[in-house]
Formats: sequence, C-alpha cells, structure tokens
Amino acid sequence: MDLSETAEESMLREQAREFLRARYPIQRVASIADGAGFDRHAWQEVAALGWAGISAPEDAGGAGLGFVEECVLGEELGRALFPGPFLTTVVLTLPALTGAPDLVKEVVAGETVATLAWLGPSGEPGATRFPIGAGLAQDRPGLYGSAWFVPDLALADLAVVAAEGPAGPGLWAVRLDQDTISRQDLPTVDTTRRLGALFLEGALGRALAQGSDAERLLEHLRDRALAFLAAEAVGVASRALEMAVEHARTREQFGRPIGAFQAVSQSLADAYAEIESARSLVRWAAASVAARAPESARAAAAAKALASEAAVRTCERSIQVHGGIGFTWEHPLHRYYKRAQWIQAFLGWPAELRARIAASLLDGPGDENERV
Amino acid sequence: MDLRDSPDEAAFRARLREWLAANAPAHWDQPGAERLEGAERLAFLREWSARLYAAGFVGLTWPSEYGGYDAPLSHHLIFLEEMGRSGAPEHVTPIGLGMAGPTILSHGTEAQKARYLRPILTGEEIWCQGFSEPEAGSDLASLRTRAELDGDHYVVTGQKVWSSFAHEADFCILLARSDPAAPRHSGLTYLIVPMRAPGVEVRPLRQITGDAEFNEIFLDGVRVPVENVIGRPGEGWNVAITTLMYERANLAVMLTVRLEIALSRLVDLARTTRRRGRRAADDPLVRDRIAELWTVLQALRFTNYRALSTLMSTGMPGPEGSIVKLVWADANQRLTKLALEIEGPSAMLSGGEHAVQDGLWQRLQLRSRGNSIEGGTSEILRQIVAERILALPRSR
Repeated sequence: MDLSETAEESMLREQAREFLRARYPIQRVASIADGAGFDRHAWQEVAALGWAGISAPEDAGGAGLGFVEECVLGEELGRALFPGPFLTTVVLTLPALTGAPDLVKEVVAGETVATLAWLGPSGEPGATRFPIGAGLAQDRPGLYGSAWFVPDLALADLAVVAAEGPAGPGLWAVRLDQDTISRQDLPTVDTTRRLGALFLEGALGRALAQGSDAERLLEHLRDRALAFLAAEAVGVASRALEMAVEHARTREQFGRPIGAFQAVSQSLADAYAEIESARSLVRWAAASVAARAPESARAAAAAKALASEAAVRTCERSIQVHGGIGFTWEHPLHRYYKRAQWIQAFLGWPAELRARIAASLLDGPGDENERV
Repeated sequence: MDLRDSPDEAAFRARLREWLAANAPAHWDQPGAERLEGAERLAFLREWSARLYAAGFVGLTWPSEYGGYDAPLSHHLIFLEEMGRSGAPEHVTPIGLGMAGPTILSHGTEAQKARYLRPILTGEEIWCQGFSEPEAGSDLASLRTRAELDGDHYVVTGQKVWSSFAHEADFCILLARSDPAAPRHSGLTYLIVPMRAPGVEVRPLRQITGDAEFNEIFLDGVRVPVENVIGRPGEGWNVAITTLMYERANLAVMLTVRLEIALSRLVDLARTTRRRGRRAADDPLVRDRIAELWTVLQALRFTNYRALSTLMSTGMPGPEGSIVKLVWADANQRLTKLALEIEGPSAMLSGGEHAVQDGLWQRLQLRSRGNSIEGGTSEILRQIVAERILALPRSR
C-alpha cells in the first residue's frame, strides 16, 4: 500500500495554494462574504485553471484526474474558505450529468454553474430524498414542488433535481431561467456558502437517471460530498490551528509568549492530533470513493464525522487561544468557525453519521464486524 | 495512492496467514483457556520464536549477514498486523526485536552485531530495558544510576523500574550516568548489562490489576566490560533516542491491532449482553460510542499507513506518526470503560461464574490506566507535538 501524495497531487496542491493566496486572500473572502456573495462571473477564471473539469475525461475537455485529486483541491479550498461553487458544480453535480455530454462540456468550460436540489424542508438527507414531484398530474407535464437547503442556488444556472415521478424516483437536469421557477435565499450563518430554496411550478427538465440507477447515483454523490467536505474541514482546521500557533508564539502575557504555557500548548497539540487523524481518514475515504469500493459509504461517513468535529473544535480552541481578538468580527477566525459548522451540519451531523456506522457494525447477522 | 497490498505484499501476507493457521496454538491466552505459566511458558515461547524465525517471519528488515531477511518495511508492518489479528503468541523477546536489536544495528560495533543479533531472532536470548528510575520518569535525563569506569569495566550502581521481562532476561539495555560533572544530557552512557552478573537483583512490581508485568532492577557494583558500551561513552542520550524511535514505530502498529481486537470483542459483548430487556447494542448511547471508537480505530490504521508510506518514500519518519500513541491511549481507556458500562452491575465482579468473561474487562480496564503513562505520558507526548511539530515556545 502507498498513501503518500503523488507528484501530480503535490503539484496540484501547490498550484491551488498559490492561486488562492493571490486571488482569494482572506480580506477578499471577507468582503465577498459581507457583500453580495460570490460573483457568478468570477467562476470562469477558476474553471480556466482546469478545476471545473478536474475529474472529467480529457475528451470532454477535462483534466482526466480523479476524486482523490478533487479532495486534494478540497483541502486547499477549505484552507482559503473559497466562496465559489466548487462543491456544488463539481463534487455534487458533475457526475450526474454523464449522460448529457453537452451539459458536461458547459460545466467543464465554466460556462454553467450547477447545483444539486434533493433535500426537503427538513434538510435531512434520506428522509425526503425525492421531495419534488415530477409530472404528478397527468395533464401537466413538468416538475412540481420545492427543494430546500440547496447550496449556491443563487449562483446556479442549472440544478440537478431529485424528484419522485409516477414511474419512481429520478434525477432531472433543470435550467433555472424558466418562468416556472422561483428561488428564495435562506439567510445562512456562513455567508461564504449560501443556501436557497427552489420552487418548481411545471418546470421542464431533462431526464438523467431513473429508478435504482438514480438512487445509486445519489448515494455516490452523497459519499463524494461527505469525503470532499471532510477534506475541506481538514483545510479549515489546519488554517485555524496555524493562526492559533502564530498568535501563541507572538502574544505575550505575564512576560512570556502564551504558547509557553502548557494549558495553551497542550490544547493545540490535541488539535494537531485530531487534524492528523482526520487527514488519515480523508485519504482512506478519497481512495475508497474514487474506486467506488464497498467500504466507501462507511469511510466517507467516518471521515466527515471526525473531520467536521476536528474542524469545529480546532476553531473553538483557536478562538480561545486568541482571547478577546478572536471574538471580534474584524478577526477572520469566525469565518473559519462558521464554515466548520456548516460542514458539520450539512448531510448529517457526526452522531447521525455514526448511527449509520453503528448499524453496519451491530445490526448484521453476526459477522458484520468485518475488517474493511 | 493505493490502499491495496502490492502483489509482493499480498503474497507475503497470504504465506504468513497460512503458516499461522497451520502452526499457531489455538486459544492462546484466551479467557477460559488453559494458560501456561512460568518456566513452561518461557520454554514454549522460545520454541515458538525459533519456529517463527525459521519460517522466515522474524528479523524481516534486518540485513541477512546478521540473520535477517532483507525484506521491505511493509512486510514487517504486515507481520505485526497479522500476528495481532491471529491471536498467536508474540515472539519471546519483543524488547530484543523492537528496541535492543535495532539500536545495535544503528549504533553497535561489528563485534556487538555478530554477538547479539542472531540469538535475539531465534529467541535464545531475552532482553529487557533499564531506562526509567524511581526519580526519573518523564524527565529521563535526570537519571541517577552511576556507571564508573574502573580499568576496562564500568561499575554500575543504581535502581531501574518498570522493566518488563527483567525476571527472565539475559541482557538489559541500560542507560547510566558515567560523567556526573557533564551537562545532564551529555554524561550518559548506554550499556549492555548481563542480567546474570553478580550484583543484579530483580524484584517483581505488583500493579493496579494485581498482576506483576513489570519489575524493579537493583544494581549494586555490577561490573560491565567496556566493550558492552553501545555508541560512544557520554553519548548514551542519542542512542536512547534511537531505541525510543523504534519502540514508537513498532508500538504504533501493535497497539492499533490490539485496539482492533478489543473493539471486535466489545462489539460481541454489546451484541450478546441484555440490559433492561434489550441488547446493549440497541442502546443509542452505546451505539454512538462504539461507532466513535471504530472511527478512531480507522484513523489510527490509516495514520500508521501514512507514516509507513512517508518512511518508505523519503527514508525519514513523518510527523504524523507521533500522534498514534496519544490517540490510542485515550481510545483504549474509553473502550475498556464502555465495556464495564455495558456489563452493568457485573462490572463489580472480578471473576467466577457470575462475572462476564471471567473478569477480562475489569483487568483490561484497570490495565488501560497505564496506557497514558507508559512509553511517554500523554502530557509529554503533547508537549513534544507542541514544541517539535508546532514549534511553540519551550515551556521550561
């Protein structure tokens, strides 16, 4: 086995860090977050780096890399609190468009921003998996209903909509510029990644997948999102820890840098241990999901549960170590904290993900406690 | 990145599994099974170790000129994993294999390598470690055991503690102060002390569980020839760091495998224990904690693989390996406490027919309190992370 980063991965990481440092310094992210949000037209510049098509095949204009590389990018995007629609367009949506090569081409070229609309008013995955009705009334073609907690909805040109039709569940590609469609912004704590609600009144869509194919595809999209969010969380946590360490090395009280006090240093060492544990799970989850291995659901759930907790706790430790300044709006720490909390709450809180893991360990016929 | 064994690793794993299935004694040290004790146990373990070695599974990464097999590091990791999972008895001298041997390979003279290495592999000679002292625990460099040069011998006097295997050991890797005038880290010398020499006395140390896993070693004018110095006199601290690095690397994998075994036992316990009319495994709080422990276990596994991958590709251990013992100690302490909670009132019973598994979890839980003390306390490990990895200012 070999878990080390390949030369290609390291190059991608460096390229990403360089670009994000130059184009998305935290001051710019803060003004985007406090202003109107990410500018839809700025996506083109990001897509031009090859990121929108990072794992799309080369004949579709993509880079031909894979999900492991998406997760490498994910960590860097998390570090920078990148406010653009990478999670939605690339991670959550692109694989659903495989049967529509023209749409793939638009997305890869950065012309189209896309998102996934599959959660009901509760925002819980699974419970109301296909909230939107498709052509429910015989004489009314089209899609009817609403989807909630749709990330980056305000930016999106296209949504992949999960809907329950007369013939069972399905996924449809829906252009969002139709008269039969309205959107509503949901005030979101993390304004670097906003949520919306989508209302369809007979919108037209292109069928992408039906029946069990659609269900399997959604599960795959879910696992991709969980693993990617875990990678983002590791990036968020790493940056929050760096800020805490920088502060603890320079801030002096009682005549010494506060990092010399063990109550401070030991808390940050624990943060490091949690982050590295999460990073290990991210490598496992990324490789498992990329290979669509049988353990990918458990690996992705474990990674997101641990990494989001590590990110939230690291931000909390960092705020504490910063003292009063860490509690101000002016200091960027609260933005990392809010992203960590967003990641924790989206697609299952840690305890909900652990409930799924527990079911696989404890409810089988007796030998389910397999080593994966 | 590739999570799978390479074809060569897979073949090695398969051969080892097959050999263990055919050769390892069944139910070794399982609760309820008959347990060998004393001289009989030692004789069995020596014979078992010789067979393990002859079959090609011991000394995997050591050079063939000293009896090793010149195999890649990944084979050693597979060996540790499969040995742990199979429940087969350990090699008779883990300190010889994991600490003394690698230290002699790194710092020893040609004569020392020729003399000591092969009998470690075959299990003919057993080793123990003499580092900690009653007054030198976390602050190891404050140790007081003296080694005074007298002609071509060092005369060693002092006391060592927390020494496993000392009561059956042939040799001890021992750290002593040879120059009391030198700064504390530079006055130390690393010695191979023959445990049968006059002036060595070993007393068992009874621990919190009632067992005596460790010993105290009393040294009174023990004469050790100068050719038994590993490294140069006065440079014992650096040699000791090598020993501890190897200890950490081996332990990381062994402890993770032990946690895996313990977790699968815990899952069995939760599935078979009925509390208030339902399976303990149906209690949502129990379920959450088991899933959390499983998650941490996977994190430890893949942290070990990451550390191994770094070591194999760069030749240098990466920083990530330093968290394993810290995370493991906490996980094992939580795991064993959860087992007692699942048992309910039976947690008060230490053995007998009403006790669960003859009091196994009671012993494991009490033993786990040592986990955050032995091999570097959790506080010391955190401080190492803080100062060496995060580069925070020194706290002292």
